[in-house]
Amino acid sequence: MTVVEALLSQEPDEREATPEFEAAAARQESRRGFLMALPAYAYLVLFFAVPLIIVIVYSFATRNRFGGTDLSGWNLDSYAKLGEPIVRDILFRSVWLALLTTIICLVIAYPFAYFLSTRSPAIRNVMLVFVMIPFWTNFLVRNYAWRVILGNDGPFTRTTEALGLGEQELLFSQTAVVLGLVYGYLPFMILPLYAAVERIDHGLLEASRDLYASGYQSFRRVLLPLSMPGVIAGSILVFVPSLGAYVTPEILGGAKTTLLGSYIVTQFLTARNWPFGASLSFVLMAIMLVTTIIYFRKGGRTL
Amino acid sequence: MSSAVTPRGWTKFGLHLNGWLVYLFFYAPIVLLVIFSFSASRNVGTWGGWTFEWYGEFAGTQNARNALEASLKIAIISTVISVVLGTMAALALERFTFRGKQVFDGLLYLPIIIPDVTMAVMMLLFFAEFFDVINAVFGIQMRKGFNSIVLSHIAFNISFVSVVVRARLAGMDTKLEEAALDLYATRWKAFRYVTFPQIVPGIAGGALLAITLSLDDVVITQFVAGPGWTTLPVYVFGLIRKGVTPLINAISVVMLVGSMSLVALSLVAERVRGGEHG
Repeated sequence: MTVVEALLSQEPDEREATPEFEAAAARQESRRGFLMALPAYAYLVLFFAVPLIIVIVYSFATRNRFGGTDLSGWNLDSYAKLGEPIVRDILFRSVWLALLTTIICLVIAYPFAYFLSTRSPAIRNVMLVFVMIPFWTNFLVRNYAWRVILGNDGPFTRTTEALGLGEQELLFSQTAVVLGLVYGYLPFMILPLYAAVERIDHGLLEASRDLYASGYQSFRRVLLPLSMPGVIAGSILVFVPSLGAYVTPEILGGAKTTLLGSYIVTQFLTARNWPFGASLSFVLMAIMLVTTIIYFRKGGRTL
Repeated sequence: MSSAVTPRGWTKFGLHLNGWLVYLFFYAPIVLLVIFSFSASRNVGTWGGWTFEWYGEFAGTQNARNALEASLKIAIISTVISVVLGTMAALALERFTFRGKQVFDGLLYLPIIIPDVTMAVMMLLFFAEFFDVINAVFGIQMRKGFNSIVLSHIAFNISFVSVVVRARLAGMDTKLEEAALDLYATRWKAFRYVTFPQIVPGIAGGALLAITLSLDDVVITQFVAGPGWTTLPVYVFGLIRKGVTPLINAISVVMLVGSMSLVALSLVAERVRGGEHG
């Protein structure tokens, strides 16, 4: 008897139709799924959710005289400290620089993504690969490259001198930090934008032009609204890491460009004020979550 | 592509120029860094004739070699574990419904969107408490180092692996799996012979992403590293803060070559994936 015959000769399973059997099968499926998820689930609860809770607990604790942390006696001191002028300045500066980075990336990446989508598939693939390479390349190294370029007697100063602009010092300034952030996160903007623009039916743009829309109008009324999901995804992917940036300001920024990320690290590694550092980390995370949610809601309405 | 919407004149010129400038922006710094790593000048950004001296110095610096070795060990171990856990999580979320699924889904996304610095703080405080608990319960004195770095890297890599594998599973035709099950294959056999071969490219992509992220991480590793265990990026970061030297140029280029090799590998994986679809 062949396999097919064996299968065909099988009587239809009579239990199949009963609700009890279906419920039991569903329960078994559910248990299987849960067991499958369990290792990662348990891992993330222990090594992610618990640490997150510990940070929140620490943010309500008190720093003692020896630089240690007393967990007894909860208070809001660390959060009250957020209102101090120096902390507020750092917060605003971080948000502003992250916003600036996002806008610059958007302005550079949008025409680039559109340009990419109008190339022939073969050329497009090659071009995409060359966007992917920096995306995969070590972030620290890529920021360090700018340190070399902008540094003392480096290519940048030499170029400005050769052009007769005099000795320009860019390193350790906010401009250098934004430059490093744009350099680091530009691929994060290009890739989702390209994915969104590429999907758009170019016939729609054609139609708008046939109906006497100007180039700007068909961009504003057709291309931009249709590519909004890419704009949103790219902006979040750039804004979120820029806001918490630590490596870039540390390498390219100076004393006057302390950003939230570096300030948090200082609280742990030098100032030894863990509760305050914990409250800052929590605020950083809260800003991220709120931005992401608001952005998605707004994007949802525009779509 | 229709010719009616192909930009003309200044718009076309602007788009082309922007395209070339973007590539120049991406690659000029990398090329310059590579060139300067062979420069004999002590000043990192000045040309002073060819030399391999700095690469020799890298090979001769014990700390740097130890850091490289630690980086590779940590990357490989954390990748293997997160690939197994992440793939299982992806299968559970794409193919099953179970209680607590939504919570799990949310928990799995958090490590991706959370800022590095926040996660670093979380892990620092966690290990401070966790090691105390281990000591109190088991009487084992643990210290930050290899264990804490690997555990932290797995914590963020599970999420990235599962996202990549899920994308693959979601784009897959479930009919083949259903057919296997209809033909009385067990769940395991259906997975082993039907699902698994199809998601291998996704798993490979997830593994490459995990190994890259592990090799790149500075902030989290810096917070959980201990005496004797420093990864190469953390070591380099420490050097940069003390002042730039030609040695850093050489190590950076070695890291660059490592990253590029991984990109090349991922492109090969993509090829294989593309070939399967014909």
